Amino acid sequence: MSKTVITVGLGSCGIAAGAAKTYSQLELIKKADNLDFELKKTSCVGMCFREPLVEISDETGTWLYGPVDVARADEIVEKHIKNFSPVQEYLVLSDSVSTADRSFLEGQVKIALRNCGKIDPESIDEYEAQGGYDALRKIVSESLSPQEVVSMVSASGLRGRGGGGFPTGQKWNFARHSQASQKFVICNADEGDPGAFMDRSILEGDPHAVIEGMIICGYAIGASQGYIYCRAEYPLAIKRLAIALSQARQRGYLGKDPMGMDGFFFDITIKEGAGAFVCGEETALIASIEGQRGMPRRRPPFPAHSGLWKSPTIINNVETLVNIPQIVLNGPEQFASLGTDNSKGTKVFAITGKIRNGGLVEVPMGISIRDIVFKLGGGMSGNKNFKAVQLGGPSGGCIPEYLANTKVDFDSVNATGAIMGSGGMVVMDESTCVVDIARFFLDFTQKESCGKCTFCRIGTKRMLEILTRLTEGEGCEGDLEKLEELAIHIKDGSLCGLGQTAPNPVLTTLKYFRSEYEAHIHHKKCPALLCKKLLTYTIHQEKCTGCTACFKGCPADAIISTKRQPHSIIEEKCIKCGICFTKCKFQAILIS
Amino acid sequence: MRVQKISPANTEAPSVEPVDLSLMDGLIKSYRGKKGNLIPLLQGTQEIYGFLPREAILKLCSETGHDLSELYGVATFYAQFRLSPTGKHLIKMCHGTACHVLQVSEVTEGILDYLEIQEGQTTPDRLFTFETVACLGCCSLAPVMMIGDEAHGKLSPQNALKIVKDIRRNEISLLTSPTI
Repeated sequence: MSKTVITVGLGSCGIAAGAAKTYSQLELIKKADNLDFELKKTSCVGMCFREPLVEISDETGTWLYGPVDVARADEIVEKHIKNFSPVQEYLVLSDSVSTADRSFLEGQVKIALRNCGKIDPESIDEYEAQGGYDALRKIVSESLSPQEVVSMVSASGLRGRGGGGFPTGQKWNFARHSQASQKFVICNADEGDPGAFMDRSILEGDPHAVIEGMIICGYAIGASQGYIYCRAEYPLAIKRLAIALSQARQRGYLGKDPMGMDGFFFDITIKEGAGAFVCGEETALIASIEGQRGMPRRRPPFPAHSGLWKSPTIINNVETLVNIPQIVLNGPEQFASLGTDNSKGTKVFAITGKIRNGGLVEVPMGISIRDIVFKLGGGMSGNKNFKAVQLGGPSGGCIPEYLANTKVDFDSVNATGAIMGSGGMVVMDESTCVVDIARFFLDFTQKESCGKCTFCRIGTKRMLEILTRLTEGEGCEGDLEKLEELAIHIKDGSLCGLGQTAPNPVLTTLKYFRSEYEAHIHHKKCPALLCKKLLTYTIHQEKCTGCTACFKGCPADAIISTKRQPHSIIEEKCIKCGICFTKCKFQAILIS
Repeated sequence: MRVQKISPANTEAPSVEPVDLSLMDGLIKSYRGKKGNLIPLLQGTQEIYGFLPREAILKLCSETGHDLSELYGVATFYAQFRLSPTGKHLIKMCHGTACHVLQVSEVTEGILDYLEIQEGQTTPDRLFTFETVACLGCCSLAPVMMIGDEAHGKLSPQNALKIVKDIRRNEISLLTSPTI
């Protein structure tokens, strides 16, 4: 009889949902009732919408439960462990029973996330048991030369997953052929796109895979030192990376002659970022590691020729690097068999916003946006209709519902005016105002602009001012043309990706939702009923019972009240705070 | 823009509470002469004091060879560094995209109204500092805030306010309860 194992998902998102409390509760019950099961930790499996997740695996198979709070943990132990009767009510997945949540996994192909939510990220043994460090072993046993490794990566067709989509093998080739006594590998873990969290999940869930990818890169280009530049906002990721690094050193994967690779030395240091979105840009990131303000510089020279301390440097994103061991181990052909002509392999997307099943999904390139939203994501979270997705964060753009059959690969997404970016996909429904979204992103890029280039520094501010005016009902004729003109100049006049892409959210929403902008300007109306200052509150005379609840709540004395008579709102006095709407129990407050 | 101006109050007036500069000695020793040590030095200093006291920056300047302008230049560039102390409870409200779409701004407004401060400020009783951050990376629990090390997800204006009020109530009862 196999031993029963209970595994709790303890990624940052799980912990935020209360997984640590669930874990302690299980520990407590196990001790108190002297139960015979093994309690284990893992990381995020991607099904964030059901966190905290608890998996029970026993002789009947595996049973995934969620959300499991402390009370439910008690109940599940009582029923499932003590009485061998699975609790259908909280069941997310099982081998034997079909559940609605299964659709979330159908169509997913896990390469980058293969170990996330499966192994204990703090155990090198569990990583090795899944074939961890076997790619390094293969390089040694088959005596693959650095050039052969580079060629494998090139043949796989892997393109950078951080946003740019530059062919990884080509980049490595540049660095490999740069003559220098010292070269560097940097893992870009400065995931700053608000709405993307796949890198965090990988770092927390499978840190050894990132390390293995970096060692292979170091070997391929001839580097001796690696850096992981990780956001300080990801303390758990940093902690698990540090644990993994010391384990890898102990086992001889890092340091002098790893795995007996003669004459090769490689070690890795963690550098904590200090909070600046622009440091995701490679030259700014380098400046930051060097201890300066994170300001980008002109390219060329590209970092592969002259990067950190003027040495050839490869900067790869987390998701790019975790694909490397699998490419080396299984051969480039297997990776290249997935995806489309110009975009090979899989891509991880973080689906969030107005979506039922928010979380992380890894799908082959070329799947449609509609499939991600409706098949995997389960459709909208509320009862409103799907309106658009924002892809690529502040550098990306809005793709409207009627283009939802667009395939997610680098070229198809770029053709819409959005970008793949790091894979943040924010789903919006009819109650999301695109002008407000554009304003939100401009507010972000304007604050995060490092200030070096004038157009980015001042241009984003002017754009933000116009957008803010629009959402406040102060828009005027010519504003849209001004936005477009500024957008062109900012794109042309900025050194780095931040400025060059900052206008994208505005340009794409203008392209696909121009009438919504026009409604804000000409009719002073927000079609999504979101921009507060553009709303009109009225009271439905038949529905109003004259209960005075709205009158008592109104902070502006804007409601005329006679007891048991229908009330009314004085529009001039109304400050549009919405309190009357929340106070009314009879749905008598109308918003238009 | 990332670069922030520092108010004269920060550079001229000495810190309110005395700063024990000897706490930094180990840190300075461990990074002495290392390439790219400026940011780790500032991070380490902030870890010790909770913020970057003027005296500590001056000490870094005299002992590590970094120019004062360089130190302040970096300290004012990155979001992580603070030049003034925070309240006992640091509220980090996530204003990432997912949180924004799920109307976090109403949650923020409610808490700021209750605390009677503005973004980035500390309450006069020094219990709370309120900040907005770009993304905490737990988007599927949006809207999210962190108070200290604890994350609170699926916020509404009501339940978020309750969390903050409960903390204040606990603090007040701690103050008023007789010590045994």
